[in-house]
Amino acid sequence: MFYREAGDFKTTYAEDNQTFPIKFDRYRYYAVMLFAFAVVPFVIDSYWLNAVFLPFLIYAIAAIGLNILVGYCGQVSLGTGGFMAVGAYAVYKLMTSFPDVSMIIHVLLAGVITAIVGVLFGLPSLRIKGFYLAVATLAAQFYLVWLFNRVPWFYNYSASGQISAPERFVFGVPITGANTASWATYLFCLVFVVFCAVIARNLTRGTVGRKWMAIRDMDIAAEIIGVDPLRAKLSAFAVSSFFVGISGALFFAVYLGAAEVGESFGITKSFLVLFMVIIGGLGSIFGSFAGAAFLVLLPVFLKNVLVGSLGWPTDIAAHLEFMIVGALIIIFLIAEPHGIAQLWRVAKEKLRLWPFPH
Amino acid sequence: MKLKLATFTAAAMMVAAPAMADLTFTSLSYRTGPYAANGIPFADGYADYFTLLNERDGGIGGEKVNLLECETGYNTEKGVECYESTKGESALVYQPLSTGITYQLIPKATADGIPVHSMGYGRTSAKNGEVFRNIFNYPANYWDGASVGIKHLLDINGGDISGKKVALVYHNSAYGKEPIRTLEEAAKKHGFELSLLPVDHPGQEQKSQWLQIRRDKPDYVLMWGWGVMNQVAIQEAVNIRFPMENFIGVWWSGSENDVLPAGDGANGYKALTFHATGADFPLFDDIKKHVVDAGKAAGAGDQVGTALYNRGLYAAVLAAEAAKTAQGMSGHAAITPAEMRAGMESLEITEEKMAALGLPGFGPSFKVSCQNHGGDGLVAVVQWDAAAKSWNMISDFQQSDQDILNPLIAEDSEAFAAENNITAGCN
Repeated sequence: MFYREAGDFKTTYAEDNQTFPIKFDRYRYYAVMLFAFAVVPFVIDSYWLNAVFLPFLIYAIAAIGLNILVGYCGQVSLGTGGFMAVGAYAVYKLMTSFPDVSMIIHVLLAGVITAIVGVLFGLPSLRIKGFYLAVATLAAQFYLVWLFNRVPWFYNYSASGQISAPERFVFGVPITGANTASWATYLFCLVFVVFCAVIARNLTRGTVGRKWMAIRDMDIAAEIIGVDPLRAKLSAFAVSSFFVGISGALFFAVYLGAAEVGESFGITKSFLVLFMVIIGGLGSIFGSFAGAAFLVLLPVFLKNVLVGSLGWPTDIAAHLEFMIVGALIIIFLIAEPHGIAQLWRVAKEKLRLWPFPH
Repeated sequence: MKLKLATFTAAAMMVAAPAMADLTFTSLSYRTGPYAANGIPFADGYADYFTLLNERDGGIGGEKVNLLECETGYNTEKGVECYESTKGESALVYQPLSTGITYQLIPKATADGIPVHSMGYGRTSAKNGEVFRNIFNYPANYWDGASVGIKHLLDINGGDISGKKVALVYHNSAYGKEPIRTLEEAAKKHGFELSLLPVDHPGQEQKSQWLQIRRDKPDYVLMWGWGVMNQVAIQEAVNIRFPMENFIGVWWSGSENDVLPAGDGANGYKALTFHATGADFPLFDDIKKHVVDAGKAAGAGDQVGTALYNRGLYAAVLAAEAAKTAQGMSGHAAITPAEMRAGMESLEITEEKMAALGLPGFGPSFKVSCQNHGGDGLVAVVQWDAAAKSWNMISDFQQSDQDILNPLIAEDSEAFAAENNITAGCN
């Protein structure tokens, strides 16, 4: 009834091509942004921040990054954990070498460094495809973790090989370290999420994104119509790694505070982000958010229900959690192989026709 | 259906609500995941002691103990979630049983004013209480362990191990890397040759490391392992016929779970420890009577008297003693985390105190102070008897080499203080 195009006249090309062509969607988007920027910072406490919002926001960035590579450009990658580690160690080296520089610059630079590393490991994609490329990126995962464990320079020669984020500031407000305020770290991550999502959205609907999708759909045909596979694939690796690097930097510096490469950025992290992308929906920015929310929030929610409300023993609850999340993943993929984003699309189609579907 | 569910949830919450007591302790345990075999006995021992205090004495100083358990799976992200979800309940002390989680909690807990007790793990230089005000690691730490391990080698070699080859097989993580610096210093002092063999998480694949040991033929092997890595390493050592009496594990590599799979082959394997093993103490009769036989034991209740159960129990004993000290100092029973911290800082464990608790000779005597949050570093060596399936103590509690450790601790804690702008001091 409210959810329709009719009556919403567009008179310019820009209006016609906006992200949310339907008025209702547009206002909903503004409402979400207003809520996220103007309401949440005032009410957030450290539990909601550390258990819910920070992991969700940070994984959403990683999922957007991986979605560009896997969902838009069709290059399967299992190296996400390794690239997140590059972001984390880059930001650690920058933070400790230049303590007075704003964290915003450090995080962006960590993204740039990860992009360079991503391009290097993306070079094999020009020759190998599909499963073979997945194995090549798997090598990146193991090599990078090994490197950060092996070379003491990366962890500033600390005795244990752990990296810990010292206190650093943005505009005089502490963002990392122990004495951070919940609203500050939340807003810091939120700004990066919005920044990444807007860039990703605009890249994927422009020339660059169309080239990626052409490569994904059929690389030989894309080459015949004039898409340069070298530039398309490497740009996908660069942009994807840039986002993944940012998420790795935030993950270590803002969320964890101290990290150990094998434990925090191991192969399980690569799989987790890949699952987010697959469950959320390949080739969809909204899907990245939905997938991250599904895999981050569901375990926390289940834990709170099973242990907090029902008072079950923690080990039984933990095992049940695995089973429930696993079963839901399978059910989701059977019911809708294109992920939560496709469910959302179908729901929107239905809504447009409601209440007169014929 | 919906109504039923809502009623059920409401009823469950009402049942849970009266359990809120005045002294809240947390157990960040891991009963799942690759390290569960070691996490379960520790969590059981920790929980059973508090259950015993509630059942037998009505809590600590008349205040019931409320133990909040939170499953971490040895995973740092879940550790953060657990910390955040329990700290609001005014938890008195955190014992995360994971070096990774401890590293994360050090700044957070310091900012929140909650003490952390990392007993035999965590950041070794937390011994310097002037820098790490809220972090305690008494009665012994990794560097004490490494040092006493070398001391034991000196003892069995008549005081001279120059020219000997010692290999360290370690979990390639913050935990496993901790002893390296101490061992390097000890190697300089005593003139032995140290080789390092890292094993990646979770440690099920160690063929190449043990092949290297077979090739290099080190005289002694030290191990810093955890979880399944221990069992695999001991089995591999048996497979290459490495003499077990020359193979020494740290206390986290010295539980029944680690040696039993290798059967008779593991006979003679040595481990370090900072407390006694076995159930031959008067306290265990009380645990049997009030906890196990009453059906209130944590977990399956089958771990009583194992090395890690005893360690969990010991951790709970020290926490309860610190709470008693804090109650005595503050003059009231319902203490706050800040008073608990003060209690931990003035904790003194004597032989008489342990005997009065029903644990004579269970652990070393030590005294905590602001300068020294780590106790005296008294560590003993135990040896596995595969036929009797028990650990036998083969040395006294002996002190680590303070000449090596003190400069290292000062150096590392000063680096931390400089990195985090902490002014060292006791105020």
